[in-house]
Amino acid sequence: MLTARPSAPTKLPSRAGLGLKPEHYAAILDDVPDIGFFEVHAENYMGSGGPPHRYLDAIARRYPLSLHGVGLSIGSARDLDTEHLKRLRSLVDRYRPHSFSEHLAWSTHDACFLNDLLPLPYTPETLARVTDHVDQTQQALGTRMLLENPSTYVLFAESTIGEVDFLDTVARRTGCGLLLDVNNVMVSAVNHRLDPFDYIDRFPVEHVGEIHLGGYDEAIDGAGERLLIDAHASAVRPDVFALYEHTLRRIGPVPTLVEWDNAVPDFVTLAAEAWRVDAALDAVRHAVADRAA
Amino acid sequence: MSAFAATQADFAQALTNPAQPVPIGLTTTDGRNDPLRFAVYRNNVFVGLTQALAKRFPVTRRLVGEEFFAGMARVYADAEKPASPLLFRYGDTFPDFIATFPPAASLPYLADLARLETALTRAYHAADVAPLGLDVLSAIAPDTLPRTVLLPHPSAAQLVSAWPVGTIWAAHQGEIVGTVASRAAETVIVARPVMDVGVHVVPANHAGFSAAVFEGATLGDAAARALDSDAAFDFGAALVGLVSLGAFSAVRLNGEEA
Repeated sequence: MLTARPSAPTKLPSRAGLGLKPEHYAAILDDVPDIGFFEVHAENYMGSGGPPHRYLDAIARRYPLSLHGVGLSIGSARDLDTEHLKRLRSLVDRYRPHSFSEHLAWSTHDACFLNDLLPLPYTPETLARVTDHVDQTQQALGTRMLLENPSTYVLFAESTIGEVDFLDTVARRTGCGLLLDVNNVMVSAVNHRLDPFDYIDRFPVEHVGEIHLGGYDEAIDGAGERLLIDAHASAVRPDVFALYEHTLRRIGPVPTLVEWDNAVPDFVTLAAEAWRVDAALDAVRHAVADRAA
Repeated sequence: MSAFAATQADFAQALTNPAQPVPIGLTTTDGRNDPLRFAVYRNNVFVGLTQALAKRFPVTRRLVGEEFFAGMARVYADAEKPASPLLFRYGDTFPDFIATFPPAASLPYLADLARLETALTRAYHAADVAPLGLDVLSAIAPDTLPRTVLLPHPSAAQLVSAWPVGTIWAAHQGEIVGTVASRAAETVIVARPVMDVGVHVVPANHAGFSAAVFEGATLGDAAARALDSDAAFDFGAALVGLVSLGAFSAVRLNGEEA
């Protein structure tokens, strides 16, 4: 397949980043805390003007910025919404983010936005579709993108390709990078009785441009068994942090976002999560240096 | 339809119709078709949408209480999904829904209060344009002023209500609910000339003038209409009061292009 390889944007630093929340705009601009980067959901900045853009302008002048889409529906059987691609392009042109990422998921159907990151079967047909959509997105935005592994609660009987192979093939065919969400790995692994460490060990590290961490919630499924829910409403759980440290030992330091989108705490609590992540990144940097010495 | 498209259509159909069974082909590692697992997706959709409404309509929610609001939002979200991923626009038709939602009929001002809240979010995200200054107005020759039309600022909206919605809204901004002394009708103007969205109750004796100006009447026609109903109408005070809100962006002479 002939695919133009768009150039990667300036890279995010291999440090901890935080999701930017409107309730923290003023605190961030007043104190300019030492945070590696900020990430925003692109769709929250698709209004014409007003305070969201003014604050993002000011914050993007002081920090590296990651633009994270939640509404493109790359995993849709239908065509991508070209109007939405244009809106993304205008954000990319305006803010020159250090990274753009989206999900291996779908969220739009029959011109209606379903407001969740929904799962898709992994088959040769869906692989071709996703590959085309990633190509089209990279062309439309003029930049390389990162594609994120999903958290899922169900499997599709028709799937014939493993998720890691699916993502690896999309990355190789399109030149896109991958966003490895370690919390999603834990959620899906527990839900589908897989070994999360094995998932990480098989993941194609050479494509990973960013890591996401977040907190899960717990429920039980119809068989009375443990079901993890990707909730982003708490600190990173200890088992996910341990899996993250394992991931860093395999990949080395990678830009790492802490996602905390619901029940958002005060900024100090978020910053403490970022420092915990920075400490883990420093530890793996030292380990690498020790091995080299 | 391709296999992929068919799978997705089935999934979407079952997602938004809780009465439907879990789509065939969804499974678990041990081969079960588990309704509780599929319910996580259904729940995510509705929690996300009702939370988006709660965020956009905080005073409406406060007026009816969390539980009533959640129920009302759920019925709306069942019928009305967002038209785009721009969730801050979701709920543009929520006020019209409230107006016809029988359980809310005992609060006849609720729909207008929700209309005020949709105007606030629109103003927040509207294009940034310099508001019309009084200097521009004072530079207009007196004989052309009657032919002048004021063009609303992109952030501006006017709400003519039979209820004191501006006062009710303002009374619910603090932790303690303020008093609403009168049940008189109010005309409210929402505008964000720069950073802050303002909510302004137009003085009752200027309301007719304000409504006419917002509808695109010339200043002369708007003044004539105001004088018809109030011989003491003060054109200068009404005009300066209105323009000072930052709710207009430019002037146009009637019969000319903007």
